[in-house]
Amino acid sequence: MKKLLTKYYSWIDERVHLEDLVHFMGKKYVPIHRHSVWYYFGGVSLFLFIIQVITGIMLLLYYKGSEELAFESIQFIISKVEFGWLIRSIHSWAANLFVLAAMIHMFSVYFEKAYRKPREITWLTGMLMFFLALGFGFSGYLLPWNELAFFATKVGTDIAGVVPGIGEPILLFLRAGEDVTGATLSRFFGFHVAVFPGIFTVLLGIHLVLVQRQGMSEPHGFNPNEGNGEKTMPFFPNFLLRDLLLWLIVLNLLAILAVFFPWELGKKADAFAPAPAGIKPEWYFMFMFQTLKLIPAKIWFMDGEVIGILTFGAAGALWMFVPFWDRKSSKGEKNRLINYLGIFAVIYIIILTILGWIL
Amino acid sequence: MNEYPEQPKKRDLLKLVLTGGLVAWAGSVFYPIFAYLKPPKQPEVEVSNVKAGKLADIPKESGTIVKFGSKPVILVRSAKDELRAFDATCTHLDCTVQYSKEKGMLWCACHNGTYDLTGRNVGGPPPRPLEEYRVIIQGEEVLISKKS
Repeated sequence: MKKLLTKYYSWIDERVHLEDLVHFMGKKYVPIHRHSVWYYFGGVSLFLFIIQVITGIMLLLYYKGSEELAFESIQFIISKVEFGWLIRSIHSWAANLFVLAAMIHMFSVYFEKAYRKPREITWLTGMLMFFLALGFGFSGYLLPWNELAFFATKVGTDIAGVVPGIGEPILLFLRAGEDVTGATLSRFFGFHVAVFPGIFTVLLGIHLVLVQRQGMSEPHGFNPNEGNGEKTMPFFPNFLLRDLLLWLIVLNLLAILAVFFPWELGKKADAFAPAPAGIKPEWYFMFMFQTLKLIPAKIWFMDGEVIGILTFGAAGALWMFVPFWDRKSSKGEKNRLINYLGIFAVIYIIILTILGWIL
Repeated sequence: MNEYPEQPKKRDLLKLVLTGGLVAWAGSVFYPIFAYLKPPKQPEVEVSNVKAGKLADIPKESGTIVKFGSKPVILVRSAKDELRAFDATCTHLDCTVQYSKEKGMLWCACHNGTYDLTGRNVGGPPPRPLEEYRVIIQGEEVLISKKS
């Protein structure tokens, strides 16, 4: 067996010089320090994305993306197709865990200031992937064509429409018309299974190549060569094996959630029914939802919702471009403002999310 | 000595032609793409009024959503036996409102917006009142029409 494997390895190596790659991977190391645990969340996000791709393709074999058939096709998947309920439940749960893992990854990179020079592009591609992950969540939410999804899409697309100047054409583009209809469903289906995965894959490729090329970011002042006890660990195989172990744990957690808390389908969407009481978006949109609920109808001469949405847009842009305005971190200096802003964002998101659940 | 003397006019002209060509090429590529993404206007039947049902079938203190073309309209019969109809689309973020018996008001479940029974926005984030429709009673039938 070993002989056979060596033979295959040599055959490939002769043609594509695998030896160089192994040598490159062998040189890569992971810094060990008290915040090393956060390094794992990038890998966990990647693992959950892979789960999404696999279960998404499986669902695609039975799903029908039209107003008349979408809800019924999901009903068919969860009631008639063998293990259909499990695949759908895993897809829904993994979507949520994926956003959670990506969020933790993003905040850890932010607080470690790992976005600083020379990793600006890694941060930017990561942020774009995070926004895409939210887009995946938002577009995928509509696909079962149920009551909650219908109103969530109405609200979400209307939020885009509120942006002065460009809002109206964006709303028409997203909804494929003035209202949320079957045409919106077709469009969201296209975004969810073709447009977003295509863009995401390119961004993920760039992101991973950069991580390999530049290596793991080290905290300020970390220098294992000075003999001060700071250590490193080889990426291959030490860190990778730890990564795989964590992936296994995540897979188990996912299976427990999917089996014991199967994702509900709810009622079929009806454009002429009122929004049901207790309607809430997914948890990762909750803080924005709650803010829009609490914001007054008018602030000075502007509609409260416009101010809220523009503020979130500005905050998102500021966050995304942090490597370009946080000059201190790139020079190796401490920047407490970044920490305060990050802590404020985390506390704000947590409090407003809790309020969204209890109010 | 330069064998080929500079010909600025010719060069400028060439630049203009090439740039113009590039812009025209980009336009011919991107215009159809953007035009394709813009959803075509679907012809809609102009609805001037709709039947909302028999008066006897509409209980007091209730709100019923009625299809007015492609738009939802809410017909409210108050405790004082007044009949009023409003555009059921919340002016905040497009959800559909309902009649709340406990509040005696129109209520949007999405962001907790409230309107009184004249359609005025009185609580929560809605920035504008609901558009009112005319309610006409013809014998037993209740008709809803757009206010001119």
